[in-house]
Amino acid sequence: MSFSDFMIPAMFAGVLLYGLFRGTDVFGEFTEGVREGLRTVYDVFPSLFCLVVTVAAFRASGGTQLVTGLLAPLLDAAGFPPECGELMLLRPFSGSGATAIYEQILRSSGPDSRAGRVASVILGSSETTFYTMSVYFAAVKAKKTRYALAAALLGDIVCAAVSTAAVNILL
Amino acid sequence: MMKYIMTGLVAAAFVFAALTGRMEELSTSFLEECGNAVQLAITLTGVIVLWSGLMRVAQSSGLTEKLAALAAPVLSKLFGGLKRGGKAMQYITLNITANILGLGNASTPFGIAAMREIEREERSPDPQTASANMITLTVMNTASLQLIPTTAAALRLKYGSAAPMEILPCVWISSVCTLAAALTCCAVCRRAERRRRL
Repeated sequence: MSFSDFMIPAMFAGVLLYGLFRGTDVFGEFTEGVREGLRTVYDVFPSLFCLVVTVAAFRASGGTQLVTGLLAPLLDAAGFPPECGELMLLRPFSGSGATAIYEQILRSSGPDSRAGRVASVILGSSETTFYTMSVYFAAVKAKKTRYALAAALLGDIVCAAVSTAAVNILL
Repeated sequence: MMKYIMTGLVAAAFVFAALTGRMEELSTSFLEECGNAVQLAITLTGVIVLWSGLMRVAQSSGLTEKLAALAAPVLSKLFGGLKRGGKAMQYITLNITANILGLGNASTPFGIAAMREIEREERSPDPQTASANMITLTVMNTASLQLIPTTAAALRLKYGSAAPMEILPCVWISSVCTLAAALTCCAVCRRAERRRRL
């Protein structure tokens, strides 16, 4: 039993008990929240659906491998393990896709190899950028997102670069 | 923005499939993935609904207000113009806390609620355009704030790593740099936009 196993159940028990103690209609509020949650899913589902289907299409076409292949010499020259190219490319689009590629890297290169370590750090310090952006902006129906994409993608590039450098220096 | 990403990905997929002779795979992927997308949405529905319910209880009992008051000194610097102790700030606090603790997808429903409250509070005359605070929150969520990378650590263990957690310091350094770069980029772009308008 780890600390994180303890956290979620404790939070549920704690919040409900605190609510009861303060005289809140705990059941009524919870079910109302569930109803709101359903509406949230209804609102963000269309964007989510489009993203999942189009990203899968891009992967099925062999596009990610092709682009990674083209980028490989460039990445290699920059000191970035070429095995992690596809991970870096797919990570912003798909959480499950990135995890699948990450497992591939662990299987073929080993978790304690340089590629395995860099991949681990990238996976641990990044998020599914496009998924997050599409869901969050869909929630407020914002079409013009100004500099959001630029800032988020700059973050992803910095993440790949710093992850490589940190593994090289610290591990 | 999304229209370019969507069209770009599908057009590129078509060209690549034609080049690599994988048109059949591409064709089946469309039909298979729409089912997978629905499945993902169903899984997500469970998580979102669960946390939305708990969030409402925490809200009406005054718990989120207390949490937000603790985080206010830091967060009010990042999110200018939002009411201290207001609902938007409360949801932002919940979103960031859930991110840091890595609470199984709880950050998404909190983040969505925060986006809506920001919209309600700012009442922008141009609702089609994302506000600076909305962008800051979204960009923070595209960087990883999670302290313990549970997925990576679990998979490292599964594939026989001698030290699954040795990546921790590297993950922290990388997370902090990513967040700093993204937020700095936001601040620079915001200033550039303002100058262009003058």
